[in-house]
Amino acid sequence: MVDRPSGCYNVSYSQETAIVRTRLQWVILIAGLVFLFSVPLFASKTALNFLTFVGISVIAVHGLNILTGLCGQISLGHAAFVGVGAFTSAALTSKLGLSWWLTVPCAGLSASIVGLIFGLPALRLKGFYLAMSTLAAQFIIIWIMLHWVSMTGGPDGTVVERVTLGAFTFKSSQSMYLLVMGMAIIATFVAKNIARSQLGRAFIAVRDNDIAAEVMGINPAYYKLVAFSIASFFAGVAGAIFAPYAGAISYEHFGLMDSIWYLGMMIVGGMGSSTGVILGVAAIRGLEEMVMFMNPWIATTFPALQFKIAPSVPGIIQMLFGLVIVLFLVFEPRGLAHRWELIKASYRLWPLPY
Amino acid sequence: MINFLEYLIPGILVGGLYSLIAVGIVLIYKASGVFNFAQGELMMFGAFVVWFFADQIGLPIWISFLVAMGIAVLMGTVIERLTIRPLVGQPVLAIIMMTIGLSVFIKGFGLVALGTTWKGFPEVFPAAPLMLGDIVTSQQHVWSFAIAMLTLIAFYVFFQHTNTGLAMKALAEDHQLAQSTGINVNRSMRLIWILACLLATMGGFLLATLVGVSYTLGGMGMKAFPAVLFGGLESIPGAVIGGLVIGAVENVASGYLDVLVGGGLKEVAPYILLLLVLIFRPYGLFGLKRIERI
Repeated sequence: MVDRPSGCYNVSYSQETAIVRTRLQWVILIAGLVFLFSVPLFASKTALNFLTFVGISVIAVHGLNILTGLCGQISLGHAAFVGVGAFTSAALTSKLGLSWWLTVPCAGLSASIVGLIFGLPALRLKGFYLAMSTLAAQFIIIWIMLHWVSMTGGPDGTVVERVTLGAFTFKSSQSMYLLVMGMAIIATFVAKNIARSQLGRAFIAVRDNDIAAEVMGINPAYYKLVAFSIASFFAGVAGAIFAPYAGAISYEHFGLMDSIWYLGMMIVGGMGSSTGVILGVAAIRGLEEMVMFMNPWIATTFPALQFKIAPSVPGIIQMLFGLVIVLFLVFEPRGLAHRWELIKASYRLWPLPY
Repeated sequence: MINFLEYLIPGILVGGLYSLIAVGIVLIYKASGVFNFAQGELMMFGAFVVWFFADQIGLPIWISFLVAMGIAVLMGTVIERLTIRPLVGQPVLAIIMMTIGLSVFIKGFGLVALGTTWKGFPEVFPAAPLMLGDIVTSQQHVWSFAIAMLTLIAFYVFFQHTNTGLAMKALAEDHQLAQSTGINVNRSMRLIWILACLLATMGGFLLATLVGVSYTLGGMGMKAFPAVLFGGLESIPGAVIGGLVIGAVENVASGYLDVLVGGGLKEVAPYILLLLVLIFRPYGLFGLKRIERI
């Protein structure tokens, strides 16, 4: 009842399923998009780089959200699939000379196929066996990245060329930001519509009660497979854009900690919600930046801990991140998106409490 | 043949440590259906505490060990009370994420407290090598293995023959039914987590005598996850055997195949075994055939 502004009465099915309902919402949406694309005019290089990184993570976490939030399967190997996409794209551009734009779907497909290889044993089993299988995938894929030197450059990684479109090369922060934002918006659009479609409803049914879903005619094994492939595809695409953004990729960018970071972003944002993905990614990456920003302050305020060599910033970031996950799970399990819905509802109902 | 035994025996001996961690995971899974992803990091934390008291504060090693056990009891209580109890009734997904979050937190703490270098551990067992026939093993390995096995036998006896242990097995079946027979579910859960933390600390202490202390010890502990699946999630003897098998497989595989693939097989072999287990026998050696295929 409070999920739409007052005065909105649906007279057609398309009106009922619309995401943007009133003229004001359209105005806000378009203004927001214009603002998003005009940020490069006034933002600094570091801010643009940060926002670009947020955009890339948004694409990856959208995939994870479809798998874990909508379909209820934990994946601990998401960063490895991002890495598969990244290395595929890098290898295709450097060895076969393909244009980067062609490698994006190829990277997504290859990540999907690799995901299927690891997911197939576990997708037919109930319980968290997919989590175990993706954990194994995470370690095995990293090991392959380290040792398949001809393809991935081994421990040194590979250098990736910049994206080109005709004569224009995307090498400034502004152009990369615009490219990534465009991709992130498309990814958000696709993810939100998957959630609203028949496919999304099938995923939710499998998550909530797979026996009931099977009774209704939804084959849980098949839909888990589809969810896993879609999630890996998103991861592959994110990897494909991460490669030129980072310039040089190696196995270190795609470790277990990164998979856990993606899971954490999804939890903080709210599992199952597309706006949650954006909020969660922004919150966690923002937290990371904030801690790195406060590093000098931390170093001077905690000198009394004498048995530590120096307060290690990655360690503090990890501790804070773990703490944030634990606190969110205890106090706000439905994440920031739920909190945002509550704020909107209280605004619409004001001054009444409910 | 000698080569094979030279790879096999140290592998089995280290596998004893994996068994300790695997049994901790199985304990918690049996009681609550939660797979504790933080068990490896708890092991690292236990090793850190022993190192801290032995190296930084200068207590004798066995006193440090006892202090660490005490702190493990505290950790188990705190974790169960603050992080697991609030999530009772929520889907298992949430509790598993909670253990993942815990593992990140403890690993971050380890990184802050230990830095990125390996810390030396005071010598507990004599470092001189031991000759079994023609095969060279270290006394440290043998002592660690022996202590791990004794601990596990003690736990097995505890579960089979004491009232508290039987109460925990009842808890694993159904919380409500267990409560209706008069078992205090909260107290039993707390005890389970305390036991799991004690096992992790013991494992961490023994592992630290072999390789030292570092924030990456948790990663080694993660190799116990395939051991748990190999032996079956609900079976303590299965976890023990799984740990030994994982230790043996990783050492033998890396010994023979490292030259072919350029090294590093030790880290990956347990996970390849995990995938094979998932494909061919997902409920493990001794697990109950309760996995439903869909």
